[in-house]
Amino acid sequence: MIKFQDVSKTYEGQTHQALRDVNVGIDKGEFVFLVGASGSGKSTFLRLILREYRPTRGHVYVAGSDVGRLPSCRIPRLRRKVGIVFQDFRLLPGKNVYQNVAFALKVIGKPSSVIRRTVPETIEMVGLSGMEDRLPDELSGGEQQRVGLARAFVNRPPILLADEPTGNLDPATSVGIMKLLDRINRTGTTVVMATHDSTIVDQMRKRVIELVDGAVVRDQSKGVYGS
Amino acid sequence: MRHTLSETFSGLRRNLTSTLAVVVTMWVSLSLFGIGVLSAQQVDLIKGRWYDRIELTVFLCTAASQGQNCDPGQDATQAQKDAVRAALESNDEVQTVFYQSKDQVYEEFREVYKDSSILGTMRASDMQDLFRIKLKNPEEYQGVRSAVEGMPGVQAVQDLRQYLEPLFGWMNLAQALTVGASALLLLAAALQIGNTIRMAAFSRRRELGIMRLVGASNFYIMAPFLLESLIAALAGALLANGTLAALEQFVILGKAKPSIQTVPWVDWNHVVIAMVVLVAVAVVLSIIPTLIATRRYLKV
Repeated sequence: MIKFQDVSKTYEGQTHQALRDVNVGIDKGEFVFLVGASGSGKSTFLRLILREYRPTRGHVYVAGSDVGRLPSCRIPRLRRKVGIVFQDFRLLPGKNVYQNVAFALKVIGKPSSVIRRTVPETIEMVGLSGMEDRLPDELSGGEQQRVGLARAFVNRPPILLADEPTGNLDPATSVGIMKLLDRINRTGTTVVMATHDSTIVDQMRKRVIELVDGAVVRDQSKGVYGS
Repeated sequence: MRHTLSETFSGLRRNLTSTLAVVVTMWVSLSLFGIGVLSAQQVDLIKGRWYDRIELTVFLCTAASQGQNCDPGQDATQAQKDAVRAALESNDEVQTVFYQSKDQVYEEFREVYKDSSILGTMRASDMQDLFRIKLKNPEEYQGVRSAVEGMPGVQAVQDLRQYLEPLFGWMNLAQALTVGASALLLLAAALQIGNTIRMAAFSRRRELGIMRLVGASNFYIMAPFLLESLIAALAGALLANGTLAALEQFVILGKAKPSIQTVPWVDWNHVVIAMVVLVAVAVVLSIIPTLIATRRYLKV
Protein backbone atom coordinates (compact mmCIF):
# COMPACT_ATOMS: atom_id res chain seq x y z
CA MET A 1 0.00 0.00 0.00
CA ILE A 2 2.83 2.36 0.94
CA LYS A 3 6.43 1.80 -0.03
CA PHE A 4 9.50 3.94 0.66
CA GLN A 5 12.45 3.02 -1.53
CA ASP A 6 15.83 4.57 -0.60
CA VAL A 7 14.05 7.76 0.35
CA SER A 8 16.00 10.80 1.52
CA LYS A 9 14.57 14.22 2.07
CA THR A 10 16.44 17.46 2.55
CA TYR A 11 14.27 20.55 2.91
CA GLU A 12 15.07 23.45 0.66
CA GLY A 13 17.66 25.78 2.14
CA GLN A 14 18.80 23.24 4.70
CA THR A 15 21.76 20.88 4.74
CA HIS A 16 20.38 18.59 7.42
CA GLN A 17 18.61 15.49 6.08
CA ALA A 18 15.09 15.11 7.45
CA LEU A 19 14.96 11.52 6.19
CA ARG A 20 17.91 9.29 5.31
CA ASP A 21 17.79 6.25 3.05
CA VAL A 22 14.46 5.06 4.33
CA ASN A 23 13.24 1.68 3.05
CA VAL A 24 9.87 0.70 4.42
CA GLY A 25 6.91 -1.24 3.07
CA ILE A 26 3.47 -1.05 4.63
CA ASP A 27 0.81 -3.52 3.51
CA LYS A 28 -2.86 -2.96 3.08
CA GLY A 29 -4.74 -3.11 6.38
CA GLU A 30 -1.66 -2.72 8.57
CA PHE A 31 -1.51 -0.56 11.68
CA VAL A 32 1.90 1.06 12.06
CA PHE A 33 3.31 3.29 14.78
CA LEU A 34 5.96 5.74 13.73
CA VAL A 35 7.95 6.62 16.83
CA GLY A 36 10.90 8.83 17.56
CA ALA A 37 11.83 12.10 19.19
CA SER A 38 10.64 15.46 17.89
CA GLY A 39 12.50 16.26 14.69
CA SER A 40 13.31 12.63 13.97
CA GLY A 41 11.44 12.77 10.67
CA LYS A 42 8.01 11.36 11.56
CA SER A 43 6.07 14.27 10.11
CA THR A 44 8.25 14.34 7.02
CA PHE A 45 7.46 10.65 6.53
CA LEU A 46 3.72 11.39 6.60
CA ARG A 47 4.00 14.48 4.41
CA LEU A 48 5.83 12.53 1.73
CA ILE A 49 2.94 10.05 1.64
CA LEU A 50 0.51 12.95 1.18
CA ARG A 51 2.83 14.40 -1.45
CA GLU A 52 3.07 17.70 0.38
CA TYR A 53 6.72 17.38 -0.53
CA ARG A 54 8.69 15.35 -3.04
CA PRO A 55 11.50 13.11 -1.84
CA THR A 56 14.94 14.51 -2.61
CA ARG A 57 16.09 10.98 -3.51
CA GLY A 58 14.33 7.68 -3.89
CA HIS A 59 10.71 6.80 -4.51
CA VAL A 60 7.54 6.88 -2.46
CA TYR A 61 4.78 4.62 -3.75
CA VAL A 62 1.25 5.10 -2.49
CA ALA A 63 -1.53 2.83 -3.73
CA GLY A 64 0.59 1.85 -6.69
CA SER A 65 1.72 5.25 -7.95
CA ASP A 66 5.11 6.90 -7.56
CA VAL A 67 3.92 10.06 -5.83
CA GLY A 68 7.14 11.99 -6.46
CA ARG A 69 6.44 11.76 -10.18
CA LEU A 70 2.75 12.48 -9.96
CA PRO A 71 1.81 15.53 -12.05
CA SER A 72 0.28 18.16 -9.80
CA CYS A 73 -3.15 17.79 -11.39
CA ARG A 74 -3.25 14.20 -10.11
CA ILE A 75 -2.38 15.09 -6.51
CA PRO A 76 -5.98 15.83 -5.44
CA ARG A 77 -6.93 12.31 -6.54
CA LEU A 78 -4.09 10.85 -4.43
CA ARG A 79 -5.21 12.82 -1.41
CA ARG A 80 -8.74 11.52 -1.68
CA LYS A 81 -7.25 8.10 -0.93
CA VAL A 82 -5.38 9.32 2.13
CA GLY A 83 -7.10 10.75 5.20
CA ILE A 84 -5.13 12.64 7.84
CA VAL A 85 -5.67 13.83 11.39
CA PHE A 86 -3.46 16.26 13.29
CA GLN A 87 -2.41 16.96 16.84
CA ASP A 88 -4.15 20.37 16.67
CA PHE A 89 -7.34 18.95 15.05
CA ARG A 90 -7.51 21.72 12.40
CA LEU A 91 -11.28 22.07 12.45
CA LEU A 92 -12.95 25.06 10.86
CA PRO A 93 -14.05 27.23 13.81
CA GLY A 94 -17.06 28.75 12.06
CA LYS A 95 -18.60 25.41 11.08
CA ASN A 96 -20.40 22.98 13.35
CA VAL A 97 -19.61 19.28 13.68
CA TYR A 98 -21.82 18.23 10.80
CA GLN A 99 -20.52 20.99 8.50
CA ASN A 100 -16.90 20.24 9.35
CA VAL A 101 -17.33 16.60 8.37
CA ALA A 102 -19.50 17.36 5.34
CA PHE A 103 -16.96 19.96 4.14
CA ALA A 104 -14.49 17.19 3.21
CA LEU A 105 -17.05 15.62 0.89
CA LYS A 106 -18.53 18.83 -0.44
CA VAL A 107 -15.22 20.22 -1.67
CA ILE A 108 -14.43 17.10 -3.64
CA GLY A 109 -17.77 17.45 -5.36
CA LYS A 110 -19.72 14.59 -3.76
CA PRO A 111 -23.46 14.80 -4.46
CA SER A 112 -25.55 15.97 -1.54
CA SER A 113 -27.41 12.65 -1.39
CA VAL A 114 -24.11 10.92 -0.58
CA ILE A 115 -23.28 13.62 1.97
CA ARG A 116 -26.64 13.29 3.70
CA ARG A 117 -26.14 9.55 4.00
CA THR A 118 -22.46 9.24 4.93
CA VAL A 119 -21.97 12.19 7.25
CA PRO A 120 -24.45 11.13 9.99
CA GLU A 121 -23.17 7.56 9.67
CA THR A 122 -19.59 8.66 10.26
CA ILE A 123 -20.52 11.04 13.08
CA GLU A 124 -22.29 8.14 14.78
CA MET A 125 -19.29 5.89 14.24
CA VAL A 126 -16.98 8.32 16.05
CA GLY A 127 -19.50 8.57 18.87
CA LEU A 128 -20.69 12.15 18.42
CA SER A 129 -24.35 11.54 17.65
CA GLY A 130 -26.44 14.37 18.98
CA MET A 131 -23.57 16.87 18.80
CA GLU A 132 -23.95 17.71 15.11
CA ASP A 133 -24.85 21.33 15.79
CA ARG A 134 -21.98 22.08 18.18
CA LEU A 135 -19.18 24.41 17.13
CA PRO A 136 -15.59 23.23 17.70
CA ASP A 137 -15.06 25.56 20.67
CA GLU A 138 -18.06 23.98 22.38
CA LEU A 139 -16.34 20.57 22.30
CA SER A 140 -13.67 18.97 24.47
CA GLY A 141 -10.29 18.12 22.95
CA GLY A 142 -11.22 14.46 22.61
CA GLU A 143 -14.48 15.34 20.91
CA GLN A 144 -12.70 17.70 18.54
CA GLN A 145 -10.29 14.95 17.58
CA ARG A 146 -13.25 12.65 16.93
CA VAL A 147 -14.57 15.26 14.51
CA GLY A 148 -11.10 15.35 12.93
CA LEU A 149 -11.21 11.57 12.55
CA ALA A 150 -14.71 11.68 11.11
CA ARG A 151 -13.58 14.25 8.57
CA ALA A 152 -10.54 12.19 7.62
CA PHE A 153 -12.53 8.98 7.31
CA VAL A 154 -15.84 10.18 5.88
CA ASN A 155 -14.67 9.53 2.33
CA ARG A 156 -13.56 6.01 3.36
CA PRO A 157 -9.93 6.41 2.25
CA PRO A 158 -7.85 3.22 2.10
CA ILE A 159 -5.09 4.96 4.05
CA LEU A 160 -5.39 7.01 7.25
CA LEU A 161 -2.45 9.03 8.56
CA ALA A 162 -2.39 10.38 12.10
CA ASP A 163 0.21 12.93 13.19
CA GLU A 164 0.37 12.79 17.01
CA PRO A 165 -3.41 12.54 17.26
CA THR A 166 -3.29 12.14 21.05
CA GLY A 167 -0.59 14.73 21.63
CA ASN A 168 -3.02 17.28 23.05
CA LEU A 169 -5.22 14.84 24.95
CA ASP A 170 -5.17 13.35 28.45
CA PRO A 171 -4.49 9.58 28.74
CA ALA A 172 -8.11 8.55 29.28
CA THR A 173 -9.31 10.50 26.26
CA SER A 174 -6.41 9.14 24.23
CA VAL A 175 -7.58 5.61 24.85
CA GLY A 176 -10.92 6.46 23.29
CA ILE A 177 -9.21 7.89 20.21
CA MET A 178 -7.00 4.80 19.93
CA LYS A 179 -10.02 2.52 20.11
CA LEU A 180 -11.53 4.50 17.29
CA LEU A 181 -8.38 4.25 15.19
CA ASP A 182 -8.28 0.52 15.88
CA ARG A 183 -11.87 0.23 14.75
CA ILE A 184 -11.12 2.15 11.56
CA ASN A 185 -8.13 -0.14 10.99
CA ARG A 186 -10.35 -3.18 11.31
CA THR A 187 -12.49 -1.98 8.40
CA GLY A 188 -9.40 -2.68 6.27
CA THR A 189 -7.97 0.82 6.36
CA THR A 190 -4.20 1.10 6.54
CA VAL A 191 -3.32 3.32 9.53
CA VAL A 192 0.03 5.04 10.02
CA MET A 193 0.30 6.93 13.29
CA ALA A 194 3.21 9.11 14.32
CA THR A 195 3.45 9.41 18.09
CA HIS A 196 5.73 9.66 21.06
CA ASP A 197 3.14 8.39 23.50
CA SER A 198 4.91 5.30 24.83
CA THR A 199 1.94 4.06 26.88
CA ILE A 200 -0.26 3.80 23.82
CA VAL A 201 2.38 2.07 21.73
CA ASP A 202 3.14 -0.42 24.48
CA GLN A 203 -0.55 -1.21 25.00
CA MET A 204 -1.46 -1.72 21.37
CA ARG A 205 1.39 -4.06 20.42
CA LYS A 206 1.36 -3.15 16.75
CA ARG A 207 4.15 -2.79 14.23
CA VAL A 208 6.60 -0.07 15.33
CA ILE A 209 8.97 1.83 13.06
CA GLU A 210 11.45 3.95 14.97
CA LEU A 211 13.19 6.91 13.42
CA VAL A 212 16.32 8.51 14.82
CA ASP A 213 17.66 11.55 13.07
CA GLY A 214 15.82 10.67 9.88
CA ALA A 215 16.96 7.05 9.67
CA VAL A 216 14.96 3.91 10.44
CA VAL A 217 16.68 2.23 13.37
CA ARG A 218 14.00 -0.33 14.19
CA ASP A 219 11.11 -1.97 12.39
CA GLN A 220 9.43 -4.47 14.65
CA SER A 221 6.10 -6.22 14.46
CA LYS A 222 4.11 -6.20 17.71
CA GLY A 223 6.68 -3.80 19.08
CA VAL A 224 6.85 -1.50 22.07
CA TYR A 225 7.94 2.13 22.29
CA GLY A 226 11.44 1.56 23.68
CA SER A 227 13.44 -1.27 22.17
CA MET B 1 -21.46 24.24 -7.96
CA ARG B 2 -23.72 25.42 -5.17
CA HIS B 3 -20.74 25.51 -2.86
CA THR B 4 -18.80 27.62 -5.37
CA LEU B 5 -21.64 30.11 -5.77
CA SER B 6 -22.33 30.46 -2.07
CA GLU B 7 -18.61 30.92 -1.39
CA THR B 8 -18.45 33.52 -4.14
CA PHE B 9 -21.30 35.57 -2.76
CA SER B 10 -20.17 35.33 0.84
CA GLY B 11 -16.75 36.45 -0.41
CA LEU B 12 -18.28 39.41 -2.24
CA ARG B 13 -20.22 40.38 0.87
CA ARG B 14 -17.21 40.05 3.13
CA ASN B 15 -15.06 42.24 0.91
CA LEU B 16 -17.81 44.62 -0.06
CA THR B 17 -15.77 47.82 0.23
CA SER B 18 -12.76 46.40 -1.63
CA THR B 19 -15.08 45.00 -4.27
CA LEU B 20 -16.75 48.38 -4.72
CA ALA B 21 -13.34 50.03 -5.02
CA VAL B 22 -12.45 47.54 -7.75
CA VAL B 23 -15.73 48.15 -9.55
CA VAL B 24 -15.30 51.94 -9.50
CA THR B 25 -11.66 51.84 -10.60
CA MET B 26 -12.53 49.39 -13.37
CA TRP B 27 -15.43 51.58 -14.43
CA VAL B 28 -13.39 54.77 -14.74
CA SER B 29 -10.33 53.16 -16.29
CA LEU B 30 -12.28 51.07 -18.78
CA SER B 31 -14.39 54.12 -19.73
CA LEU B 32 -11.25 56.09 -20.49
CA PHE B 33 -9.84 53.15 -22.36
CA GLY B 34 -13.07 52.85 -24.33
CA ILE B 35 -12.90 56.53 -25.22
CA GLY B 36 -9.36 55.91 -26.45
CA VAL B 37 -10.59 53.04 -28.63
CA LEU B 38 -13.44 55.15 -30.01
CA SER B 39 -11.21 58.12 -30.77
CA ALA B 40 -8.78 55.83 -32.60
CA GLN B 41 -11.68 54.66 -34.73
CA GLN B 42 -12.78 58.28 -35.19
CA VAL B 43 -9.35 59.31 -36.48
CA ASP B 44 -9.35 56.38 -38.88
CA LEU B 45 -12.79 57.34 -40.13
CA ILE B 46 -11.79 60.94 -40.81
CA LYS B 47 -8.53 59.90 -42.42
CA GLY B 48 -10.39 57.37 -44.53
CA ARG B 49 -12.98 59.86 -45.70
CA TRP B 50 -10.72 62.79 -46.50
CA TYR B 51 -7.70 60.93 -47.73
CA ASP B 52 -10.02 58.91 -49.83
CA ARG B 53 -11.61 61.87 -51.50
CA ILE B 54 -8.81 64.32 -52.17
CA GLU B 55 -5.13 64.60 -51.89
CA LEU B 56 -4.29 67.64 -53.98
CA THR B 57 -6.27 70.78 -54.49
CA VAL B 58 -5.56 73.14 -57.39
CA PHE B 59 -6.88 76.62 -56.61
CA LEU B 60 -7.69 78.69 -59.66
CA CYS B 61 -7.21 82.43 -59.94
CA THR B 62 -9.91 84.89 -59.02
CA ALA B 63 -10.13 88.61 -59.65
CA ALA B 64 -8.61 89.21 -56.22
CA SER B 65 -5.74 86.71 -56.60
CA GLN B 66 -2.16 87.92 -56.43
CA GLY B 67 -0.43 84.82 -57.81
CA GLN B 68 2.20 85.21 -60.55
CA ASN B 69 0.22 83.01 -62.97
CA CYS B 70 -2.88 85.12 -62.54
CA ASP B 71 -3.96 88.02 -64.69
CA PRO B 72 -4.66 90.80 -62.21
CA GLY B 73 -8.31 91.62 -61.71
CA GLN B 74 -9.57 88.66 -63.67
CA ASP B 75 -10.79 85.13 -62.98
CA ALA B 76 -9.13 82.22 -64.63
CA THR B 77 -10.65 81.88 -68.07
CA GLN B 78 -12.49 78.85 -69.33
CA ALA B 79 -9.62 78.14 -71.72
CA GLN B 80 -7.15 78.17 -68.84
CA LYS B 81 -9.39 75.83 -66.83
CA ASP B 82 -9.69 73.43 -69.75
CA ALA B 83 -5.92 73.44 -70.20
CA VAL B 84 -5.37 72.67 -66.52
CA ARG B 85 -7.97 69.89 -66.55
CA ALA B 86 -6.41 68.38 -69.69
CA ALA B 87 -2.96 68.51 -68.09
CA LEU B 88 -4.28 66.79 -64.96
CA GLU B 89 -6.23 64.14 -66.80
CA SER B 90 -3.31 63.22 -69.00
CA ASN B 91 -1.02 62.76 -66.00
CA ASP B 92 -0.32 59.11 -65.19
CA GLU B 93 -0.31 59.68 -61.45
CA VAL B 94 -3.79 61.14 -61.35
CA GLN B 95 -6.68 58.83 -60.64
CA THR B 96 -9.64 61.20 -60.64
CA VAL B 97 -10.19 64.91 -61.08
CA PHE B 98 -13.28 66.80 -60.17
CA TYR B 99 -14.09 70.42 -60.53
CA GLN B 100 -15.89 72.57 -58.00
CA SER B 101 -17.13 76.02 -58.86
CA LYS B 102 -17.19 78.92 -56.42
CA ASP B 103 -20.86 78.25 -55.73
CA GLN B 104 -20.27 74.60 -54.98
CA VAL B 105 -17.37 75.46 -52.70
CA TYR B 106 -19.53 78.02 -50.97
CA GLU B 107 -22.24 75.43 -50.42
CA GLU B 108 -19.72 73.15 -48.74
CA PHE B 109 -18.38 76.04 -46.73
CA ARG B 110 -21.85 76.93 -45.49
CA GLU B 111 -22.41 73.34 -44.50
CA VAL B 112 -19.25 73.18 -42.42
CA TYR B 113 -19.62 76.57 -40.76
CA LYS B 114 -23.37 76.80 -40.57
CA ASP B 115 -23.40 77.52 -36.82
CA SER B 116 -20.41 79.83 -36.96
CA SER B 117 -20.37 83.61 -37.11
CA ILE B 118 -17.72 83.44 -39.84
CA LEU B 119 -20.47 82.47 -42.27
CA GLY B 120 -21.85 85.98 -42.41
CA THR B 121 -18.53 87.48 -43.46
CA MET B 122 -18.00 85.32 -46.54
CA ARG B 123 -19.84 85.20 -49.84
CA ALA B 124 -19.68 82.92 -52.86
CA SER B 125 -17.55 85.47 -54.65
CA ASP B 126 -14.89 85.12 -51.95
CA MET B 127 -14.45 81.48 -52.89
CA GLN B 128 -12.19 80.07 -55.55
CA ASP B 129 -12.92 77.66 -58.35
CA LEU B 130 -10.82 74.59 -57.82
CA PHE B 131 -9.90 71.10 -58.94
CA ARG B 132 -9.79 68.31 -56.41
CA ILE B 133 -7.47 65.53 -57.41
CA LYS B 134 -7.16 61.99 -56.22
CA LEU B 135 -3.79 60.39 -56.83
CA LYS B 136 -3.07 56.78 -57.60
CA ASN B 137 -0.36 56.87 -54.98
CA PRO B 138 -0.80 59.67 -52.41
CA GLU B 139 2.96 59.78 -51.76
CA GLU B 140 3.68 60.72 -55.40
CA TYR B 141 2.23 64.20 -55.47
CA GLN B 142 5.35 66.14 -56.54
CA GLY B 143 5.08 65.23 -60.26
CA VAL B 144 1.48 66.35 -60.53
CA ARG B 145 2.18 69.41 -58.51
CA SER B 146 5.00 70.61 -60.71
CA ALA B 147 3.02 69.77 -63.86
CA VAL B 148 0.25 72.27 -63.10
CA GLU B 149 1.86 74.69 -60.67
CA GLY B 150 3.22 77.01 -63.35
CA MET B 151 0.21 76.94 -65.66
CA PRO B 152 -1.64 80.18 -66.31
CA GLY B 153 -4.78 80.55 -64.19
CA VAL B 154 -3.44 78.38 -61.35
CA GLN B 155 -3.11 80.35 -58.16
CA ALA B 156 -1.81 77.63 -55.89
CA VAL B 157 -1.55 73.86 -55.46
CA GLN B 158 -2.08 72.48 -52.00
CA ASP B 159 -1.33 69.10 -50.64
CA LEU B 160 -4.17 68.42 -48.26
CA ARG B 161 -2.10 66.16 -46.06
CA GLN B 162 0.12 69.06 -45.19
CA TYR B 163 -2.91 70.59 -43.41
CA LEU B 164 -4.35 67.41 -41.99
CA GLU B 165 -1.13 65.93 -40.62
CA PRO B 166 -0.83 68.39 -37.73
CA LEU B 167 -4.50 67.89 -36.90
CA PHE B 168 -4.09 64.15 -36.88
CA GLY B 169 -0.90 64.60 -34.88
CA TRP B 170 -2.81 66.37 -32.15
CA MET B 171 -5.60 63.86 -32.26
CA ASN B 172 -3.09 61.04 -31.97
CA LEU B 173 -1.44 62.73 -29.03
CA ALA B 174 -4.76 63.22 -27.24
CA GLN B 175 -5.58 59.62 -27.93
CA ALA B 176 -2.20 58.42 -26.64
CA LEU B 177 -2.71 60.41 -23.45
CA THR B 178 -6.17 58.94 -22.94
CA VAL B 179 -4.93 55.41 -23.52
CA GLY B 180 -1.86 56.03 -21.36
CA ALA B 181 -3.91 57.37 -18.45
CA SER B 182 -6.35 54.52 -18.77
CA ALA B 183 -3.48 52.00 -18.86
CA LEU B 184 -2.21 53.35 -15.53
CA LEU B 185 -5.68 53.19 -14.05
CA LEU B 186 -6.15 49.68 -15.38
CA LEU B 187 -2.87 48.67 -13.77
CA ALA B 188 -4.16 50.12 -10.49
CA ALA B 189 -7.40 48.18 -10.92
CA ALA B 190 -5.51 44.95 -11.57
CA LEU B 191 -3.34 45.47 -8.47
CA GLN B 192 -6.45 46.23 -6.47
CA ILE B 193 -8.04 43.00 -7.61
CA GLY B 194 -4.87 41.14 -6.69
CA ASN B 195 -4.88 42.67 -3.21
CA THR B 196 -8.56 42.02 -2.63
CA ILE B 197 -8.20 38.38 -3.60
CA ARG B 198 -5.00 37.97 -1.61
CA MET B 199 -6.79 39.25 1.49
CA ALA B 200 -9.79 37.05 0.82
CA ALA B 201 -7.55 34.02 0.38
CA PHE B 202 -5.59 34.88 3.52
CA SER B 203 -8.74 35.13 5.61
CA ARG B 204 -9.77 31.70 4.34
CA ARG B 205 -6.37 30.04 4.51
CA ARG B 206 -7.51 27.40 7.03
CA GLU B 207 -10.29 26.29 4.76
CA LEU B 208 -8.00 26.34 1.75
CA GLY B 209 -5.47 24.23 3.61
CA ILE B 210 -8.10 21.64 4.46
CA MET B 211 -9.48 21.67 0.96
CA ARG B 212 -6.03 20.84 -0.37
CA LEU B 213 -5.58 18.08 2.22
CA VAL B 214 -8.81 16.32 1.45
CA GLY B 215 -8.13 16.48 -2.28
CA ALA B 216 -10.23 19.31 -3.65
CA SER B 217 -9.10 20.14 -7.17
CA ASN B 218 -7.24 23.37 -7.81
CA PHE B 219 -10.02 24.62 -10.00
CA TYR B 220 -12.55 23.96 -7.30
CA ILE B 221 -10.46 25.84 -4.75
CA MET B 222 -9.88 28.75 -7.09
CA ALA B 223 -13.34 29.03 -8.65
CA PRO B 224 -14.89 31.26 -5.94
CA PHE B 225 -11.95 33.69 -6.16
CA LEU B 226 -12.02 33.74 -9.94
CA LEU B 227 -15.77 34.30 -9.95
CA GLU B 228 -15.48 37.01 -7.32
CA SER B 229 -12.95 39.05 -9.26
CA LEU B 230 -14.68 38.31 -12.54
CA ILE B 231 -17.99 39.61 -11.20
CA ALA B 232 -16.35 42.79 -9.88
CA ALA B 233 -14.49 43.38 -13.16
CA LEU B 234 -17.53 42.66 -15.30
CA ALA B 235 -19.63 45.03 -13.18
CA GLY B 236 -16.99 47.70 -13.89
CA ALA B 237 -17.02 46.81 -17.59
CA LEU B 238 -20.81 46.98 -17.67
CA LEU B 239 -20.78 50.48 -16.17
CA ALA B 240 -18.03 51.51 -18.61
CA ASN B 241 -20.08 50.15 -21.51
CA GLY B 242 -23.03 52.16 -20.25
CA THR B 243 -20.81 55.22 -20.16
CA LEU B 244 -19.71 54.64 -23.75
CA ALA B 245 -23.30 54.10 -24.86
CA ALA B 246 -24.34 57.35 -23.17
CA LEU B 247 -21.40 59.13 -24.82
CA GLU B 248 -22.46 57.87 -28.24
CA GLN B 249 -26.14 58.61 -27.73
CA PHE B 250 -25.96 62.02 -26.09
CA VAL B 251 -22.62 63.50 -27.13
CA ILE B 252 -21.81 62.06 -30.54
CA LEU B 253 -25.25 61.37 -32.02
CA GLY B 254 -26.90 64.09 -29.96
CA LYS B 255 -24.45 66.97 -30.32
CA ALA B 256 -21.37 66.38 -32.44
CA LYS B 257 -22.95 64.73 -35.46
CA PRO B 258 -25.76 67.27 -36.02
CA SER B 259 -23.35 70.18 -35.69
CA ILE B 260 -20.47 68.85 -37.83
CA GLN B 261 -21.83 66.79 -40.66
CA THR B 262 -18.88 66.98 -43.03
CA VAL B 263 -16.94 64.35 -41.11
CA PRO B 264 -18.18 60.85 -40.44
CA TRP B 265 -18.75 60.03 -36.76
CA VAL B 266 -18.30 56.75 -34.95
CA ASP B 267 -21.60 54.88 -35.00
CA TRP B 268 -23.06 52.08 -32.91
CA ASN B 269 -20.99 49.45 -34.74
CA HIS B 270 -17.82 51.13 -33.53
CA VAL B 271 -19.23 51.44 -30.02
CA VAL B 272 -20.04 47.72 -29.95
CA ILE B 273 -16.48 46.89 -31.03
CA ALA B 274 -15.13 49.09 -28.23
CA MET B 275 -17.49 47.40 -25.75
CA VAL B 276 -16.28 43.94 -26.72
CA VAL B 277 -12.69 45.10 -26.29
CA LEU B 278 -13.55 46.48 -22.82
CA VAL B 279 -15.12 43.23 -21.69
CA ALA B 280 -12.11 41.25 -22.93
CA VAL B 281 -9.72 43.60 -21.11
CA ALA B 282 -11.81 43.34 -17.92
CA VAL B 283 -11.75 39.53 -18.06
CA VAL B 284 -7.99 39.36 -18.58
CA LEU B 285 -7.29 41.98 -15.91
CA SER B 286 -9.36 40.13 -13.34
CA ILE B 287 -8.19 36.59 -14.02
CA ILE B 288 -4.44 37.16 -14.18
CA PRO B 289 -4.06 38.98 -10.82
CA THR B 290 -6.36 36.40 -9.20
CA LEU B 291 -4.23 33.53 -10.45
CA ILE B 292 -1.11 35.24 -9.16
CA ALA B 293 -2.65 36.16 -5.79
CA THR B 294 -3.98 32.68 -5.05
CA ARG B 295 -0.95 30.79 -6.34
CA ARG B 296 0.74 30.40 -2.98
CA TYR B 297 -2.41 29.01 -1.40
CA LEU B 298 -2.69 26.42 -4.11
CA LYS B 299 0.86 25.19 -4.14
CA VAL B 300 0.66 21.46 -3.65
